[in-house]
Amino acid sequence: MPSFRAAHIYALVASTKFWRGMFATLIFIAVWEIVSGIGLSRIPAPSAVALTFNDMMRDPSYWFSWYLSTKRVFAGFLVAMLVGIPLGLAMAVSRTFYGIVFPVFEVLRPIPPLAWVPAAIIFWPTQELSIDFVTFLGAFYAVVINVIDGAQTIDVRYFQAARSMGSSSWDIFRRIILPGTLPSVLVGATVGIGIAWAVVVAAEMISGGGSAGSMGGAAGGGLGFFIWNSYVGGSYTQIVVGMISIGIAGYISSALIRKAGELATPWLRDQ
Amino acid sequence: MVNREASFPTPQASMGLADAPAADHLGQRSERARRFEKTLYRIGNWVRSPRPYLMVLGFALFLGFWYLSVEVWKLPRFSQMPGPTTVIREWLSPDPTYGLSAYSPEYYEHIWVSLRRVSVAFILATFTGVPLGLYLGWSQLFKEYVFPVFELLRPIPPLAWVPLAIIMFQGSETPIIFLTFLASFYATTLNTMLGVESIDVSFVRAAYCLGAKRRQVFWHVVVPGAMPFIFTGLQISVGVAWFSLVAAEMVSGQYGLGYLINTSYTMVQYPTMVIGMITLGVVGYVTSAGVRILGNYLMQWRARELAMGGDR
Amino acid sequence: MSTLPETRQAPMMPGEPALRRSGSRKGEIHIRNVVKIYGSEESGVRAVDDCSLDVPAGEITVVVGPSGCGKTTLLNAIAGFHSITSGTIDLDGEPLCGPGRLKADPGPDRIVVFQNGALFPWKTIIENVAFGPIVQGRLSRKQGYEKARAMLAEAGLRNLEDSYPGEISSGMRRRVEIVRALMNEPKILLLDEPYRALDSLTKSVMHEALLETFDRNQVTIFFITHDLEEAIFLGHRVAIMTTRPCRPKKILTVDIPHPRDYSVLTAKRFREYLDETIAAVHEEALKAFAAGERER
Repeated sequence: MPSFRAAHIYALVASTKFWRGMFATLIFIAVWEIVSGIGLSRIPAPSAVALTFNDMMRDPSYWFSWYLSTKRVFAGFLVAMLVGIPLGLAMAVSRTFYGIVFPVFEVLRPIPPLAWVPAAIIFWPTQELSIDFVTFLGAFYAVVINVIDGAQTIDVRYFQAARSMGSSSWDIFRRIILPGTLPSVLVGATVGIGIAWAVVVAAEMISGGGSAGSMGGAAGGGLGFFIWNSYVGGSYTQIVVGMISIGIAGYISSALIRKAGELATPWLRDQ
Repeated sequence: MVNREASFPTPQASMGLADAPAADHLGQRSERARRFEKTLYRIGNWVRSPRPYLMVLGFALFLGFWYLSVEVWKLPRFSQMPGPTTVIREWLSPDPTYGLSAYSPEYYEHIWVSLRRVSVAFILATFTGVPLGLYLGWSQLFKEYVFPVFELLRPIPPLAWVPLAIIMFQGSETPIIFLTFLASFYATTLNTMLGVESIDVSFVRAAYCLGAKRRQVFWHVVVPGAMPFIFTGLQISVGVAWFSLVAAEMVSGQYGLGYLINTSYTMVQYPTMVIGMITLGVVGYVTSAGVRILGNYLMQWRARELAMGGDR
Repeated sequence: MSTLPETRQAPMMPGEPALRRSGSRKGEIHIRNVVKIYGSEESGVRAVDDCSLDVPAGEITVVVGPSGCGKTTLLNAIAGFHSITSGTIDLDGEPLCGPGRLKADPGPDRIVVFQNGALFPWKTIIENVAFGPIVQGRLSRKQGYEKARAMLAEAGLRNLEDSYPGEISSGMRRRVEIVRALMNEPKILLLDEPYRALDSLTKSVMHEALLETFDRNQVTIFFITHDLEEAIFLGHRVAIMTTRPCRPKKILTVDIPHPRDYSVLTAKRFREYLDETIAAVHEEALKAFAAGERER
């Protein structure tokens, strides 16, 4: 209902809460401007950053970086969901499977996804795939952990109720476990995509630049690479532009996932 | 009037447990002995369940697959990786082919450097993040001012800060520690704040009813009440710290496990690379477990509550 | 009128200011025309509308009614957790909230015992019980612990001192919570469905414990519940409230002498009171059901 939205926004703008937050943000930007103005540090000033941002918006290669990074994030993320959700569900449902797989999973988990970058480059034929793989890893752990947690916290009484009404195991899986785990899947997805972005940025920096520049291959580009390149090229304002862009991109992705999730779980709405 | 004391069930009876930890005259000693017995009992149960064997099976399958695909069948892409035997042999040899094994002091130096960086960053993040998180959760006004700025910077992944960090700070150590600190700080602050916000309002109200003033409520209710969340947050924070550290080390640094993995890759010393990865996993796990154990120790009440089934 | 043993109440002269903490605890509450609206005047929820109720000192007043009808709102207003929209609430002649000051401050003269219990899980039983006086600065730590020990022993709970709340049963926890409240010599104890989550066997033990405590302390009790038998068993007066907005529909004086024990449950008079109450509550419950009240 469009009128509802408008009322929402109006209420927001009219609240003191909003203006306090605004106030603090403006102070923050002001301090930043002053600090870089006096030359206390070499961080570029917000005004300069804003100008560069303007220029970048007109530069197609900037948008291309967006496209590359987003592609990688979603590729890795989708595979993580496709593999992670069934795996998590299998582990939640079957104790045996859990007993076999979970210890290995827990042992591999502390190895940060980025530590896999070199190994991924060796293994996968293209650099693109290796970045996707590392992104996948990042999101994968988060998704699986949350799925298992979600399935385990489904109130046992739902199972009992279903059984007493004569449901088969498959029925129970489809009608209780799946919907019951959905909220946790959502949490895992939101966390996972955040991690995926963090990993992509790093992976792009490492493989497109980094002190081990020899890792650079045909693939490159993406926002991480953009930032690194700006650094190497000495354009500091562009660095900040890149950072902000990634922040925005990450935020939009999480918001999208959350929105999709809300649509998929209408029963949670009035909570 | 009926003798009320006799008619009420004693605590032990009402709990129905043989090992009720009521205060007895032997004091702490028998308490410890009882807990030790309980642990032995639990270990015994574990060994008798299928769990340890499934675990062994899992690792066997994993290692088996790795071994077979790399060293025996020599599958197309897999054959370029080092196999488990190569890695283990390298790791355990006093005179390693690529110059690094469990016997070389360099190995421990790398571990130490990474560990040191993570510890410094983590401790800094904890001592700034926890108070900030507590205050954000406690004071509505403070949160309204500060949280939006906080949230604005949060979506920027720690690694996007690398070049800026290099610009901002001198030397090579400080930027790395800064990056690790940043990631850890965000995780800690957020979880602490959530911890405060999820404290049941009844506890706060009860404290006010009992005559506590605002500051007393903060120290007696809010801080202890948020502790479980804080420690979960700290565990996440350690994980995130390692994540950022490795990335930072790979991009710019000398020494450290991230650096080790990177350079051994570029110098085509693949077994060393895998040694680095595994070491990283182990050290990461140990630090995380350390935080968890510390948490369990500091929050005896929670451990005991959970042991009783956490019933309210 | 109820046949209470002599209460330690001094007779009030017209114009005499209420005694505060000089030995005699009164706890008489007058709720006058209280209105509570959540939200705005036009579109908000009227939880309480023109509600007037007297809570006499030194008695157990029980408030019953369908779920969500606003009983807890009244308790919260007395306790100082929520504000009221209009009306006044007095405690011993002094205004708690009213025009000019719509929200009271919570304090140790009106202590609440919560539905799910609010013993601090991170403190031991004795630390919990001694919390009030120590934190107010009235007793030193040592004195506080001593008094706590004495009161726990008096209630038959001595063995629990060094346990944590998570380790003892919920029934025990409720009793400890009441001891914790009494340590502060409150004027009135506000009990918000404290035994709701307990099974009926434990409940019966709790009832007897509460009555015994009451006999010893003569503190005013304001008790909210759904359980009609519990209400009549415990109370001197039972106020049956209408469904939202909350207002007393009927006030029943339970003319069964204290001290009471469980034989009371089968007495003919008890059954008569129960019938009266059921009829009144049922009518309200149907209205509430039709209005789609959500279970809390």
